[in-house]
Amino acid sequence: MADREPILEVSHLVKHFPLTQGILFKRQIGAVKAVDDVSFELYQGETLGIVGESGCGKSTVAKLLMNLEQPTSGSIRYKGEDISRLSGRALKAVRRNIQMVFQDPYTSLNPRMTVGDIIGEPFEIHPEVAPKGDRRKKVRELLDVVGLNPEYINRYPHQFSGGQRQRIGIARGLALNPEIIICDEPVSALDVSVQAQVINLMERLQNEFDLSYVFIAHDLSIVRHISDRVGVMYLGKLAEIGTDSQIYDHPTHPYTQALLSAVPQPDPEVRDSRERIILSGDVPSPANPPSGCRFRTRCWKAEDRCAEEVPLLAVPERFAKADTGVAHPSACHFAEERDVVHV
Amino acid sequence: MPETEATNLSKAVQATGAPATDVAVTEDGQPAPMAESGPVPGRPRSLWSDAWHDLVRKPSFLISAVVILVLLVMAAWPSLFTSVGPRTADLSNHYLQKPQLTHFFQPEWLGYNQQGQSIYARMIYGTRASIVIGVSVTVLVLVFGGLIGMLAGYFGGWLDAVLSRITDTFMGIPFLLGAMVVLVSFETRTVWTVTLALAFLGWTTIARVMRGSVIAIKQSDYVMAARSLGAGTWRILLRHVLPNAAAPVIVVAMIALGGYITAEAVLSFLGIGLSDPAISWGGDINRAQKQIRVAPHLLLYPSILLSITILSFLMLGDAVRDALDPKLR
Amino acid sequence: MSIEMTKAEVPGVPLLEVRDLHVEFHTRDGAAKAVNGVSYTVDAGETLAVLGESGSGKSVTAQTIMGILDMPPGRITGGEILFRGEDMLKMSEEQRQRIRGDKIAMIFQDALSALNPVLSVGFQLGEMFRVHRGASRREAKARAIELMDRVRIPAAKERVNDYPHQFSGGMRQRIMIAMALALEPDVIIADEPTTALDVTVQAQVMDLLAELQRDFQMGLILITHDLGVVADVADKIAVMYAGRIVENAPVHELYKRPAHPYTKGLLESIPRLDHKGKDLYAIQGMPPSLTAIPKGCAFNPRCPMAQDVCRTDIPPLAEVLENDGGPIGGRSSACHFWKETIHG
Repeated sequence: MADREPILEVSHLVKHFPLTQGILFKRQIGAVKAVDDVSFELYQGETLGIVGESGCGKSTVAKLLMNLEQPTSGSIRYKGEDISRLSGRALKAVRRNIQMVFQDPYTSLNPRMTVGDIIGEPFEIHPEVAPKGDRRKKVRELLDVVGLNPEYINRYPHQFSGGQRQRIGIARGLALNPEIIICDEPVSALDVSVQAQVINLMERLQNEFDLSYVFIAHDLSIVRHISDRVGVMYLGKLAEIGTDSQIYDHPTHPYTQALLSAVPQPDPEVRDSRERIILSGDVPSPANPPSGCRFRTRCWKAEDRCAEEVPLLAVPERFAKADTGVAHPSACHFAEERDVVHV
Repeated sequence: MPETEATNLSKAVQATGAPATDVAVTEDGQPAPMAESGPVPGRPRSLWSDAWHDLVRKPSFLISAVVILVLLVMAAWPSLFTSVGPRTADLSNHYLQKPQLTHFFQPEWLGYNQQGQSIYARMIYGTRASIVIGVSVTVLVLVFGGLIGMLAGYFGGWLDAVLSRITDTFMGIPFLLGAMVVLVSFETRTVWTVTLALAFLGWTTIARVMRGSVIAIKQSDYVMAARSLGAGTWRILLRHVLPNAAAPVIVVAMIALGGYITAEAVLSFLGIGLSDPAISWGGDINRAQKQIRVAPHLLLYPSILLSITILSFLMLGDAVRDALDPKLR
Repeated sequence: MSIEMTKAEVPGVPLLEVRDLHVEFHTRDGAAKAVNGVSYTVDAGETLAVLGESGSGKSVTAQTIMGILDMPPGRITGGEILFRGEDMLKMSEEQRQRIRGDKIAMIFQDALSALNPVLSVGFQLGEMFRVHRGASRREAKARAIELMDRVRIPAAKERVNDYPHQFSGGMRQRIMIAMALALEPDVIIADEPTTALDVTVQAQVMDLLAELQRDFQMGLILITHDLGVVADVADKIAVMYAGRIVENAPVHELYKRPAHPYTKGLLESIPRLDHKGKDLYAIQGMPPSLTAIPKGCAFNPRCPMAQDVCRTDIPPLAEVLENDGGPIGGRSSACHFWKETIHG
């Protein structure tokens, strides 16, 4: 993988939301450090999963990647070009290549537009993609690609079920033939029996169109299923990143281990034998994160060093030569392997 | 109350209302051929047509709509309803005569006033002033208040701060008192003077409602989706924000319309609304109050018509609100 | 009429039994049949998981038991809810009130909207004792602190006067649990108690709930869509689909060999944490509209095994037996082809 050029390269991405006071004359009294120095790469045709609990900054990462928010600092390079500070025509051109699928299929489609207008809107904004006469035909093709009856083109979103709506959202994301699709919790609002349909559809589309996905979710099982590589986020920082096997079978960061061990497994045979790490307390506020390692307030391994020194996301030295899955970046001073998934 | 199943239920009911079959996806994830045997897909139903579907089944809507329709016709072609003009005076028709209640829709039906003019004819001809003022104030307020609210809500920042403070300032002026102050400065007051005075003070409510719903819609996922497609500000405002923000604003405007008619009547009653010789319910009620002991009907009949008109607009607004907001169902 | 009546353990009679319950909702598109003949029982110290997707009727059943169903548009069209053998639907409102809250308590998914935002949590907890037990203000507060300690809210003494929004999601859910526990009920109904919580907090809350249930020997009805949570805590499971129970089974049995194609499909469609796996099996189609439930077996349009009989006859909830006809115990399936599903 290293010999290829990444299609998307995120480096030292930071997003702070200022906290202000006052009505007409605002003054800043602090900042929510939603994303704080996050770096990763995405390669052509792969899926990078990003997992984390609410408030860890994963949705802000999605918005930054989509240029819906401006980063405080850091860069997002698409094929070598920093896109995070583009605007106007240049930004519009880049948007064709990076599209998004949203979490809630009930709020991400304009309720007063027909399905045809929703999926056709990308062509109206980017008329060069499809000539006017072709658009209806294109929309019908897209409906067919995502497994919906093209006859439904004049229907309104509320006439569809959640799963069907998510297919409409995917069709809209595909319209401009993008190379990258950012998926922000694309199945978490769907029923269990419908989730698998949408996951399978996304995998099929990835193969068909050679898409690269950034797949953001809190469901660790789904992320493992769909991702080639996985990054674990905690309080605005990446705690650990690696291939799916490195993260799930050889986790070395205590947070990843706790997270994985807490996932209830659909297997009653393992419920008594499984080792579970129950973390105490809640995630601290991102407006006032702990010094040093952000996880230290809930970590059972924390020592003085953790409060003073921010651990860097790098392959721990003692694992650097290992030929197992432990040799992957982990932001912990005391990284050690612990398999919590398999019994 | 937990909203879990209740909302899920309504979603399920709603969602599967028309296309009852999803496309079959086989085990390997390939879509199976379309199931043609499924039920014939229902016709497209927009939210507006859904609301209309609900409205025409609501008695309160039907009644108020019919009344309002009659009032509109009255305002446009008053001569259809009465054979005498409102200014035709015949002093042999004394105002102490009892109304001839059995002579339906005849000039003498509801009696005469002190000048010997038919009360019935004056009520019919007075409709125009009320309706024209009510409707034009509403239209002006919608355009102006809507624009201010939309700009403030969508662009936010300093523009919002400035526009919202201006709105607050106007909101602080008592509506009727403000209108009186404005109107007193005019020598003659026509329908248009009164309209402008009311609109000048009345736009704030609409601006606030509009601002609120635009702020909510601005943050919605479908606006995010449009932005991530590269849609420009105007496209987002006209295609996404306005159609969705319109519903609550229209409802507020409909309910406010009744209020504007009241305001006109009150101003005319106080003698600072329409100046003579304009015919308006409020003016007639004002003139009738001196005879209230001997001839209460002079005051009674125009008041009843005024109340019916206001009530109809309120009922219409209420019914439309229920139809547009499924959560209240 | 006496309180003693409800206290007594009646041998051979389940703690709580729902029998052939039917509930409908009035909607624009006609009657939505949310619950169509649901029966289940729960005993002291037992955890029954009711598993189903949105619209399966799992929450409506629970709301009917608690008497918090919105009526209208809801309407109970048949069935019984027996608490220690007495039908609650036939009781006077006063008798019912005494059982609900005192004997049966509920935990909701969204703690923030279930707690009153303008009253302190201590007041709301204490209210249970003041209203139901006639405790004094001071006494009630002391009991509230005790309860908050019991659900392991740190620094309960200092936090008793805080308001709901000052607590995190996990802590609020603990307060909900404390509230449900306050009067030491016999049955707790938990409707998706951890769905809104993060994974690590979810584990804390679920652990606490299981522990308290064990300590107080309560009957627990856990309503959820999460197959993982069910596997972790349930003793027995009722799977619901389109307002009916399609399968009953002890927890180990259900996961090992499901006897209904819907259950089987669900289990195969969830990705695993411990290995990557190949393509997911996907149940085709989507849950039916409750105003137009398919004829015959409600699952037939989505079922890979469906035959003609499934399109005409509603399958009864039949006892599931071993291949040789021997009993399994506690298992039933509403499928014409349960034999083929479990043994084939």
